[in-house]
Amino acid sequence: MIQTKLIISVFLSSLLTLSCSTNENKKANNPKDSETEVTSFERNPKDIVTVDDVKLEVYDFENFEPFTKQMDNKIHIINFWATWCIPCVKELPYFEQLSEKYPTVEILLVSMDFSTKIESDLIPFIQKNKLKSEVIMLHEPDGNSWIPKIDPNWSGAIPATIIYKNEKVKFYEQSFTFEELETEYLKFTK
Amino acid sequence: MKQIKYLAFALPFTFFACGSGENTETSTEEVDTVAVTEEVEEEIEEEVVSGYSVGDMATDFSLMNIDDEMVSLADFPEAKGYIVTFTCNHCPYAIAYEDRIIALDKKYKELGYPVIAINPNNPEIAEDDSFDKMKVRAQEKGFTFPYLFDEGQKIYPQYGATKTPHMFVLEKTEEGNRVAYIGTIDDNYEDESAVTERYVEDAVDALLKGEQPAVTETKAIGCSIKA
Repeated sequence: MIQTKLIISVFLSSLLTLSCSTNENKKANNPKDSETEVTSFERNPKDIVTVDDVKLEVYDFENFEPFTKQMDNKIHIINFWATWCIPCVKELPYFEQLSEKYPTVEILLVSMDFSTKIESDLIPFIQKNKLKSEVIMLHEPDGNSWIPKIDPNWSGAIPATIIYKNEKVKFYEQSFTFEELETEYLKFTK
Repeated sequence: MKQIKYLAFALPFTFFACGSGENTETSTEEVDTVAVTEEVEEEIEEEVVSGYSVGDMATDFSLMNIDDEMVSLADFPEAKGYIVTFTCNHCPYAIAYEDRIIALDKKYKELGYPVIAINPNNPEIAEDDSFDKMKVRAQEKGFTFPYLFDEGQKIYPQYGATKTPHMFVLEKTEEGNRVAYIGTIDDNYEDESAVTERYVEDAVDALLKGEQPAVTETKAIGCSIKA
């Protein structure tokens, strides 16, 4: 469900044999997986938290950064959010909606929740809202070490979103309506 | 700023006055004028959003404190500067820092740098940040510093605060309250025991020694201010 892209590359699935059965189930539920998708880097989460059928990967910044630099001709949307962030939660359905309308877009929801709240808040939120987009956590409490690497103008406020395709990158420190998000997405399709 | 706006409105008249002849000419000029107006307004918006940089003089304010008295920076004649803290009730990052903000006030008030906390959020959007709930939270936590409500949300945009918590260390100088540091309190919101850099303390310590802070600006994740 949430980690549709996790086990796509062959070498990765061999590394993560533990998760095979779960992900095969998820694959069957998601039409996206019938397409051939190749993650262009080796995923290296520092932790994986599993509750029921949700498997949440936790990354440090070094291992998160490759998600923001995939030169694979796809449009990637990376949204920084948290379960307690009112405007973030409000706009989450728009990312889901965009993904339904444009199935080739790669959406990654990066949780800024506290790492102590994964099992109590984050995973229940994913389950309750039946999020289809992939959710990971970026756990790097020293924001000053990595926020400027995402965008030098980002103050650190969330929600914040990156849209990129290969070298073309745009950063947004704002909330979106569906129409605004779609407009920005479509600029990358041209 | 207002003057710029007036200028933009004045422009169409100038153009109309000049091009009193052909219709086609007038319509082209109308289009141009609209573009000019938009451009000017955008500039104004950017000006407000950008807020203060280190070295700028910060505005004073008069905001309602949780004890129902108005508070200004000028009310602290003995102060050598201020630790202005945009914070709120509802944001988990702000909550995580509450004890550290109290500790800052405890340590630096007597050295001349009191904490002045301001809640910048619109309670119609963030219910937990109402003035009444500010009083409750301050009571619960035993805040030792003013906790002010940015009524009408006029002050935070001038400072350029975008999130909670967002700190501005001001140094009192002859020219005014000079912004000496903007950013986060330290380098670990989640675990105080893992903190290695105490940016606000380092900034105030430097100022107390008559020096400028080594680090003047830092970034951290926070809750966007609810406007």
